[in-house]
Formats: sequence, structure tokens, C-alpha cells
Amino acid sequence: MDAARVGVITFPGSLDDRDAARAVRLAGAEPVTLWHGDHDLQGVDAVVLPGGFSYGDYLRAGAIARFAPLMAELVAAAKKGLPVLGICNGFQVLCESHLLPGALLPNAGLHFVCRDQRLRVEHAETAWTADYSQGQELLVPIKNADGRYVADQETLDELSSSGRIVARYLDLNPNGSLDDIAGICNEAGNVVGLMPHPEHAVESLTGPSTDGLGFFTSIVKRLVNA
Amino acid sequence: MARVVVDVMLKPEILDPQGQAISRKLPQLGYEGVAAVRQGKRFELELDGPADDAALDRARKIAETLLANPVIENFEVRVL
Repeated sequence: MDAARVGVITFPGSLDDRDAARAVRLAGAEPVTLWHGDHDLQGVDAVVLPGGFSYGDYLRAGAIARFAPLMAELVAAAKKGLPVLGICNGFQVLCESHLLPGALLPNAGLHFVCRDQRLRVEHAETAWTADYSQGQELLVPIKNADGRYVADQETLDELSSSGRIVARYLDLNPNGSLDDIAGICNEAGNVVGLMPHPEHAVESLTGPSTDGLGFFTSIVKRLVNA
Repeated sequence: MARVVVDVMLKPEILDPQGQAISRKLPQLGYEGVAAVRQGKRFELELDGPADDAALDRARKIAETLLANPVIENFEVRVL
């Protein structure tokens, strides 16, 4: 059987597209390079929106990337169930696109934060977290300036009661995110946004752990079993 | 040439650490009596034509589509 094909969209200013593609490969899928300026998802089975500073983060992080040509196709496909994982800048793009509720604002401490962060998986049944167990603790890097998740109280209550908070920060909230939120998903669970970087924790040589690999093996198993 | 201004502010309930940092600095500079500072953005749109109602409607569309994120920000449109 052919390997699952997972697209990684590169925007001008993306930084972590290669690491994301590498994580996809290590998980056993075929990474497919997608270009923001195209209008073709090339029939991929899932998409990763990588970290970085798309369009220089001008205006607001993710605000201009949201209108990239390929995003029109991506938003339509995501609404039909295409699994999408947005990491860091990708999470910001997903919120600006209204595929996920809320928004990401400058860190409460106003500093760029780069550290190894402990997380707890709160929702192990999304397309991207099924290889984890509920409550599992992970150690993955976080590196962002605009990582403070905010949403109105009604949205926060809804996320919490419907189990759509995918991961929370442990020990220390690095950016002032409400309710210690590190990641959320849409109602169907196919679209996940995550502020920390699992793609930087897939090999012991370069990461603080290999805890991040599970996001990528989750999607590969789902696609193979589909 | 007509010019339209779009002021964008974070919604009041959303924490503005940049405004707080500015606010904390004021007493050190000898400026007392400022209870709080909120930081926003101002955009100036230079129009090809007059700033009539249709142009203002278009400016509001631009503001809610791109200049502001209605999830976290409010905006006001006016003619300069």
C-alpha cells in the first residue's frame, strides 16, 4: 500500500516547514511540499501548517497568510474533514481563518519565549492525538512571541465542556494563554492548532524528547486505517 | 484626495500588556494622573475618489475583513 501523503504548506516567512516534513517522514508518511501561492492541494491526505512568521507577521500573526491563494482550498477541504494541524504560526493562521475559535496575541510577558515545555494531552481522540493517551505528559519545545490564546468566556466554556482543549501547559504558562491552553481543535476534531512545536521533538539528537512524534504517527495510523 | 481613518483597538476585556508597560513608565517620567493606557492601531486609507457613503462602507468591509480581527478587536471608521 502507498504511504499516506501529508502536505506541508510553505508561506513566505515559514521557518519550520522542513522540520515538519521531516517529522512526517519519520512517522512513516510521504511529505508533500505545498506552496502558498498555488491553488492545488495535490490530493494530499492531510496538511500541516508550519511555524514561522508568514508574511512577516505583518498586521497580526497569520492575518495575511489567511488570504494566501492556497488557503481558499485548504479552508474548504478542512470544512469537509481534511485533517489539518497548525503549529505555532500555523495555529495563528487557523484562528485568523476562523477554522478555530479565538485568537493568539503577544505573550503576556512581552518577551519571545523559547524553552522546553511540559504539556498535558487533554484530548486524545483528535485526528492528530489518537496515538497519545488521555492525560499523557509531553516535553516539547515552545518558541513564540504571539502565543497568548484568548477567546471570550462563552467560547472558553464551550471548548472546555465539549472537550476541545487538546493540550494544556504544565508547570508554567509561558505566554499568559487563558486556561493554560496550548492547543485546541474544531468540533469535528480534524483541525488542531497547537502553539508548541512537536516537530522539534521527534529525534533524540535534536529534541528534548521524542514526545512530539505522536502527533504525526496519529495521523499516519488514521490515514492508513481509513 | 480623500482620506479615511480606521482606528483599531483591542476589546476592553482583553489584556493589553503593551499598554500596561507604557502606563508603568509614565510615573517614572514625571507624568502622574494617568490611570491606564491602551495601545491600538491607526490606518489611513487614501481613496481614489470621494469619501462618500459607498467609500465608507467599503472601508468598513476592509476593516472587518483584514485590518481588524473582530474576535479580539473593535474598529471605528471616519473621514479625515
